[in-house]
Amino acid sequence: MMIPLEHLLIFSSLLFGIGIYGALMRRNLIGILIAIELLLNAANINLAAFSRFTSLEPDTGQIFALFIIAIAAASAAVGLALVLALFRVRKTVFSDEINLLKW
Amino acid sequence: MDALFPVVKCGLYVIMAVSLLAALAAVLLRNIFHAALAFMITLLGVAGIFIALRADFLAAVQVLIYVGAVVTLIIFSIMMTEGLNNKIARLQNRLSLPAFAVCMVLTGIMIELVQRTPWPKQNSLHYVPVTAARLGESLMGAYVFPFEIISVFLIAALIGAVVVAKKDKDS
Repeated sequence: MMIPLEHLLIFSSLLFGIGIYGALMRRNLIGILIAIELLLNAANINLAAFSRFTSLEPDTGQIFALFIIAIAAASAAVGLALVLALFRVRKTVFSDEINLLKW
Repeated sequence: MDALFPVVKCGLYVIMAVSLLAALAAVLLRNIFHAALAFMITLLGVAGIFIALRADFLAAVQVLIYVGAVVTLIIFSIMMTEGLNNKIARLQNRLSLPAFAVCMVLTGIMIELVQRTPWPKQNSLHYVPVTAARLGESLMGAYVFPFEIISVFLIAALIGAVVVAKKDKDS
């Protein structure tokens, strides 16, 4: 009736890989936050797909996805507040210029 | 319905391809504002996939919270930092090649595992769609404790964000 489950899982794996690459190599802190939100979205696709295709009780996966969205909103708010506070003190948003605690 | 089905299937693959391309753009674009807009396209594509998986409420929440709130927050903080006027800054840090190798290997392993695992298939004929009413009932029934925890967590995180981001009195 639908496209196979494997294709959705492969799609979310690719999204996860792109997000990991972005989180590892970006210099801009806001770019790193965008990449982390991509990772959480890939996890959400997996939860919705499993709740549609394999679960005996389909509510569970969607409720977990709702919790993940709430946590993603909280992490975005706290992360961007940290970026703003850091920019006020150090005048930079680049992660490799923030090396005050580096030995 | 059956005559329309190949069209729907093709549309779903098109949505998946567009979201992947937009995710690549969100990661690789030098201008961080354009990256945020590409990220918004990815979020809308994921909402479309949620609708195709019959998770209507999840799609609505995705559009409201992600596209409505998180992207707005990101764009505001881009405008409050220097991001836009700094065109010559390098995009990548010096570990970008090892990072590329690591994520290629990771994605390859995950795709291989997805194809090898025998997933249990539910008979999709007796699938009952999850309505918003059913979600609300189980959110207030079986999952009421995590629901309360997540609301306390969210309010704590938001108060913490306000405290961290507000100006000091003496400056």
